[in-house]
Amino acid sequence: MLDQFFFYIFAAVILLGGLLTITRRSAVHSAIFLIATLLGIAGLYLHLQAEFLAGVQVILYVGGIMVLFLFVIMLVNLDQAARQRQFNRQWWLALLAAAAVCGEALYGLYRGRGAFSFPGAMPGNVPPNTQAVGNALYQNYMLPFEVASIMLLVAMVGAVVMAKKRL
Amino acid sequence: MPPITLATLKPYIIMVLIVGIGPLGVGYLVLLERKLMADMQARLGPMRVGPQGLLQPIADAVKLLLKEDVIPGMVDKWVFWLAPCVTVTTALAAFSLVPFSSEFVVTDVNIGVLAILALSSVGVLGIILGGWAANSHYPLLGSLRCTAQMVSYEVVMGFAVVAVLLMAGSLSMVEIVKAQAESHRWFLFGAFPFGLIAFFMYYVAAMAETNRSPFDLPEAESELVAGFMTEYSGFRWALYFLAEYCNIIIVCSIAVTLFLGGWLRPFPSVKLLGWLDYAAPVGSSLLVGGLSLYLVKRQPRAFDQIVLAAIGLAFVAVAGLFAWPAFNELFRGVFWFIAKIMVLVYSFMWVRFTFPRYRYDQLMRLGWRLMIPLGIVNVIAIGIVLVLRG
Amino acid sequence: MADDLKHTTAEATFLDASEIVLNMGPQHPATHGVLRVILKLDGEKIIGTECVVGYLHRGVEKIGENRTYVQFNPYVDRLDYVASVSNGLGYCEAVEKLLNVTAPPRAQTVRVILTELNRIASHLIWLGTHALDIGAMTPLFYTFNQREDILKIYENYCGARLTTHAFRIGGLQYDLYEGFEQQVKKFCDELPAKVDEYEWLLTTNRIWVARTQGVGILTAEEAIDLGVTGPMLRASGVKWDIRKALPYENYAEFDFDIPTGKNGDTYDRYLVRLEEMRQARRIIQQAVERIPDGPIMAKVPKVVKPPAGEVYHSIEAPKGELGYFIVSDGGLQPYRLRIRPPSFVNLQALDRMVRGSLVADVVAVIGTTDIVLGEVDR
Repeated sequence: MLDQFFFYIFAAVILLGGLLTITRRSAVHSAIFLIATLLGIAGLYLHLQAEFLAGVQVILYVGGIMVLFLFVIMLVNLDQAARQRQFNRQWWLALLAAAAVCGEALYGLYRGRGAFSFPGAMPGNVPPNTQAVGNALYQNYMLPFEVASIMLLVAMVGAVVMAKKRL
Repeated sequence: MPPITLATLKPYIIMVLIVGIGPLGVGYLVLLERKLMADMQARLGPMRVGPQGLLQPIADAVKLLLKEDVIPGMVDKWVFWLAPCVTVTTALAAFSLVPFSSEFVVTDVNIGVLAILALSSVGVLGIILGGWAANSHYPLLGSLRCTAQMVSYEVVMGFAVVAVLLMAGSLSMVEIVKAQAESHRWFLFGAFPFGLIAFFMYYVAAMAETNRSPFDLPEAESELVAGFMTEYSGFRWALYFLAEYCNIIIVCSIAVTLFLGGWLRPFPSVKLLGWLDYAAPVGSSLLVGGLSLYLVKRQPRAFDQIVLAAIGLAFVAVAGLFAWPAFNELFRGVFWFIAKIMVLVYSFMWVRFTFPRYRYDQLMRLGWRLMIPLGIVNVIAIGIVLVLRG
Repeated sequence: MADDLKHTTAEATFLDASEIVLNMGPQHPATHGVLRVILKLDGEKIIGTECVVGYLHRGVEKIGENRTYVQFNPYVDRLDYVASVSNGLGYCEAVEKLLNVTAPPRAQTVRVILTELNRIASHLIWLGTHALDIGAMTPLFYTFNQREDILKIYENYCGARLTTHAFRIGGLQYDLYEGFEQQVKKFCDELPAKVDEYEWLLTTNRIWVARTQGVGILTAEEAIDLGVTGPMLRASGVKWDIRKALPYENYAEFDFDIPTGKNGDTYDRYLVRLEEMRQARRIIQQAVERIPDGPIMAKVPKVVKPPAGEVYHSIEAPKGELGYFIVSDGGLQPYRLRIRPPSFVNLQALDRMVRGSLVADVVAVIGTTDIVLGEVDR
């Protein structure tokens, strides 16, 4: 009962945050609502007893990625962009496409409605999420983990090289 | 719904205590800093309000509450309101993860350290939004530089914390202290000398995170690039200030938990030193109480005499309480924890008054080109030492 | 050089061009007075500066044309108000040169003692404020505390602490008070320990070294070209001190060294000024041992009316060469009284020292130039 209540709260935060992100005029307001959405997702992770993921989600997404988003938003002069017309003239085509996608999504949900049930809290001794994630990463998914780290390193070095005026 | 017993209500009671006493305690921390600064600068500090200036924080709080709430014209009102709230909320929320003793912890999540790092990351947002809300180029630049500094030193702090995690084997704050108890050694001295290096890195990163001298250029160079707090006055400014000093206590608490043995007394496994559990709290309380009572005669005003006498008697009463075994059992952990925090906080303040401040590029160079490589090497070294020890 | 600073207005949207104009306004905690510095920045690097002075202009030189020589003496204290005794010394000596009198030996020795105490007092303020600008907040209180001892000596001597009006044309007004030698000796005994404490706090501190070494470099040629004098010139390696080169009063009788630096950066200036404090103590100690007896005032007429002519006399003030150019037309009031302030000329070097540095260095360089706006603006 409490489970469902918290699930709906987090879901509401996520959906509302997402909606408000795309409808705000000011980019900074959009970023703030995106932060709210990400915090809601962290809450969902907690709800699923994946506390490590929740902590890492907050540190990386909110504390790292959104901070950088805000850096860019604030340093680039976006006032002019905000003052432009928000909708272009082909809004009817966009509405048609959105309705089509929405219809497909609703159909998919209708077909799979049997899968909606709240699993209760996992019984017995749950291995702490940190250990579980660590074991998975270093035993089963070692190669993807290393590849991901190398990709991040390449991205970092590339960004530094592109940004420097003189090497 | 869980049954309502003392055990289930305890977290809420402690939470209420923290939120109630926390800001007052932080106010007295500010007074402590002013008095220490004055002492090191051959002057007296606040002396007027209350005996020896002891009621100064209350006067400051009242003044800030009664000040006119000035909202500059062209600011983003909503963000202007939100920014200090975010910073203060995360700072106070982090207190719920700090283990004052094995019983006095609001909640012992098994990702305690990670959660505190997460909360401080969210607190950084309050600074960015604060600079933005000022609607002026220079506070914005100041706040962005401040943020860049904090984000960089979060990485350094992360490496220092990882070093401890290797030795402790758990992210939970209570477990880390228990691991130090079991290995009979503070993690400061663990994997010698790499524990010391980790502590040094954490100490420097903590100072940079909380924008303390010698890393307070974003705040102090407000002559050239206005700091993010410029447009905030009255109680909004007080919230930022409160958050800053709360953060100081939080980072010192983490340092104490991770490196200095948390709520354990020095040498907890040496039975011969068991009398320290009684001698230290009783002795220090009696010292403070006795000093207060001694100074009562010197106060010129009757009001000051009464207040100081009350303080003195309160401390003597606390000494008496600590002499009572039942009370001592429960609260000895809290005493040791707070004593260790005070030592660290004193050293923070001492450093602030002694050293000049780093220029911004020197600060960032120190973080990225010295501290982070040092952190990486330190983690590898500790790993090797731990594997070799078996 | 002046053309690219033509458009030095404070408004600019900072991402339109890569250059911003930043204004360090007259009200500023770190500019040691009402100095306005307009910086042209390329990102963080400074590509040009312009100092706007005059916010403290009081028309002192014009006032001098409407006062008698004796009446103008107190005005001179208010130029470099931090070190007023040396201002008075320069002026009195300049008028004495016009009148062709010299102060008697007793007066000369006492003048030397008070002026060297003044040098120490000025350098103490410089040290405290310079350290405060760079972020070390504690030395300020220690130096001001030590300066109190000097100010007490001045107060006992002539009744004033800051704008002392200590000297008169021809000598001194007041003879020494009872206990002067003891007070001065006590101060000299305590000085080495205190200066060593400042050195211990700052000289080897890696943050201080990082903030001051290599910052604000002024080569010897540049310094001479710009007319920079005083500790700034000596730190660039030029061994020029008016007390040794063109001795005045009885400086020739005393034994002291001239400290010089090698690189001409802020760190060298810091070391030079610290050493100057020690050398000043040396002079005071020698002087206080042998204060001759005798009159304290030369034979100067009651109404000071120098013959027509002109004189330029300069002394080594704590901040540099302080010069007085007085043109007399034979009347009661000078025809023209021009003051060459060391801070004004040294301030020219700010542009040269700060180009290519970061914005945060400007504050350190202004501090190391040791300007006093009373002198710069007159």
